[in-house]
Amino acid sequence: MAEPLLEVKNLKVQFPTEDGVVKAVDGTSFSVAPGETLGVVGESFLTVMGLVTKREARISGEILFRGQDLLKLPPEDFREIRGAKISMIFQDPLTALNPVHRVGNQIAEVFQVHRKVSKKEAFDEAINLLQLVGIPEPAKRARRYPHEFSGGMRQRAMIAMALALSPDLIIADEPTTALDVTVQAQILDLIDQMKKEFDAAVILITHDLGVVAEHCDDIMVMYAGRMVEYGEARDIYYGAHHPYTWGLLQSIARMDQARTERLRPIKGQPPSLIHVPPGCPFNPRCPYVMDICRTEVPQLIPADGHHASACHLPLSEKERIVKEEVLVH
Amino acid sequence: MSTHVAERTEAAPRTDRAPLLKLTGIKKHFPLTRGIIFQKKIGAVHAVDGVDLEVYPGETLGLVGETGCGKSTLARVIMRLHESTEGTIQFEGRDITHLEGKELRALRRNMQMIFQDPYASLNPRKTVGAIIGEPFRLHGTVPKNRIRDEVKQIMQLVGLNPEHYNRYPHAFSGGQRQRIGFARALALRPKLIVCDEPVSALDVSIQAQILNLLEDIQEEFNLTYVFIAHDLSVVKHVSDRVAVMYLGKIVELAPGETLYKNPKHPYTGALMSAVPIADPDLATVKKRIILEGDVPSPINPPLGCRFHPRCPRAQLPICAEQEPQLLPQHPGQVAACHFPLEDRAVITEDIETPLHKAEDAPPDGQTAAKAPDPSQWEPGNAE
Repeated sequence: MAEPLLEVKNLKVQFPTEDGVVKAVDGTSFSVAPGETLGVVGESFLTVMGLVTKREARISGEILFRGQDLLKLPPEDFREIRGAKISMIFQDPLTALNPVHRVGNQIAEVFQVHRKVSKKEAFDEAINLLQLVGIPEPAKRARRYPHEFSGGMRQRAMIAMALALSPDLIIADEPTTALDVTVQAQILDLIDQMKKEFDAAVILITHDLGVVAEHCDDIMVMYAGRMVEYGEARDIYYGAHHPYTWGLLQSIARMDQARTERLRPIKGQPPSLIHVPPGCPFNPRCPYVMDICRTEVPQLIPADGHHASACHLPLSEKERIVKEEVLVH
Repeated sequence: MSTHVAERTEAAPRTDRAPLLKLTGIKKHFPLTRGIIFQKKIGAVHAVDGVDLEVYPGETLGLVGETGCGKSTLARVIMRLHESTEGTIQFEGRDITHLEGKELRALRRNMQMIFQDPYASLNPRKTVGAIIGEPFRLHGTVPKNRIRDEVKQIMQLVGLNPEHYNRYPHAFSGGQRQRIGFARALALRPKLIVCDEPVSALDVSIQAQILNLLEDIQEEFNLTYVFIAHDLSVVKHVSDRVAVMYLGKIVELAPGETLYKNPKHPYTGALMSAVPIADPDLATVKKRIILEGDVPSPINPPLGCRFHPRCPRAQLPICAEQEPQLLPQHPGQVAACHFPLEDRAVITEDIETPLHKAEDAPPDGQTAAKAPDPSQWEPGNAE
């Protein structure tokens, strides 16, 4: 594996609220190499990765970007990196774009802030970018306001903005959840294509296991703020080792499966992040729960390669279950 | 795999029976006006523009299409929440297009709806018991002193704890709220339930719970569903037949399995190929039909075939001049296209091989389960 671009070590993010402390991320470590797409899946509360700068959050651990700990940087330096080297694509482009500024100006602003160029030059750059992300008549469209764009075009504009300074890392937080499938396919292809063009790494946060299967190299499965499984796409889809991952795979309706197959949902509700169950956070919903699961938090244990899972079941048992119960459709 | 298709086509289109619901030439145009005091009509949004559809008792009819294609409007027209501009709606052979007052209310006993947003469709100031009991009070089908028992029974049925009778909607999660909405729709034992995006606001694992519930209840009460969603995988899973809508018209109608394997309309093909498949091997070899541009405005829909400006197969002038009719293709399938796609345009037979193995091979023969060496998994030539 190449030198990691981003390395996160034992990251914890907590938000104090009136009801208690929300443990949004609870001790997670992972790394992303240049040119890699990492998929992050799970239910709810994934947006956290973008919020690492929020003042009210309590953050501990390390976020190493090219070996430099972002959390220790003074705010000005961090701001310099965020935007220029790390950029983000948000779920809802209508709320992420400013409704009272022309789309072109919003993109141009990025250049004005980070590159100290003239307004005219910045605007021309913005038009180039709009062209790059496949918006027809970019010069005309740059003068329009966000409400005059369709959902797909807004998301393209967001991508243009994220790419403005050729970042090394793009964090896409549910970039296509609000879009129709045909547009979703266009946008995801665009992200893939831009990734290649700029040789950037992508972290794709989504709940859609189909999107992850088609666009990600590595997959990280999160549950209740913890990483429960990590592996290459193939490890996850054909040989997952965590009951939560099994549950996710079994509960989705799939195009390629006959209808006679009944869905097998995960029982119960996703946990509250304030009162995370003791032991393995998944234990109240897990069909394979054992006594140890209720008391001891399982550690992330590698199986082979960098496929790892946090579950007390013995490896042989996991492999048996995958074969006999999960993959049998 | 082929056996499944055979089973489905036998079981799916129950065309031998009289339709429960029949739409003929349904149009719904929303007028666009200009001026404040003297409003004059300057055009219309052609939300639904000529739909013929039959829904048979006991079946689930799926309705898919992109945002703005008119599927929700059609649902509301069926429910008589919108007055149709043209066309007739028949329910059990009776024309219900212009029913009013008492008769319309009596009809609603037989037709109910589940809405998309479980947060907006329940009155926050009423207890769950009152919400589910409301239909009984309105229609007087159950004597007042028995309403409470009846409501508790329904709550049990849809998987809610009857002890939560006196709670308010805010105390429930999204999935549970959708159960409340379902219980309310079920209260009068309707024959038809129109589900408008019933699971799209829910987490994946909760979606599966609700979909299974819908299926169980359908069997128990012999319900008929019109099921609307933009998620094709979900629609295919629940539906016997699926209708694909584009700009206010149905462009293709077929059993889900046929639609997935042999879509005939290029738009259906594009939709099918755009749906992400949760299987990395299958995904890499799937053929893609990529659409350019966005859906045109329904104010001035294109002449001829509405899809021709975006269609990769369009041939001028015929596609721009003649509107294609819905013509039979495979058994149970109709599509409106001058140049329908050939069979297996998206998913080829050999792509299914890895899947086939996962389905039919004995468990210990599954290389898929371990996938120790990716090189063994060259797509397409698995064995």
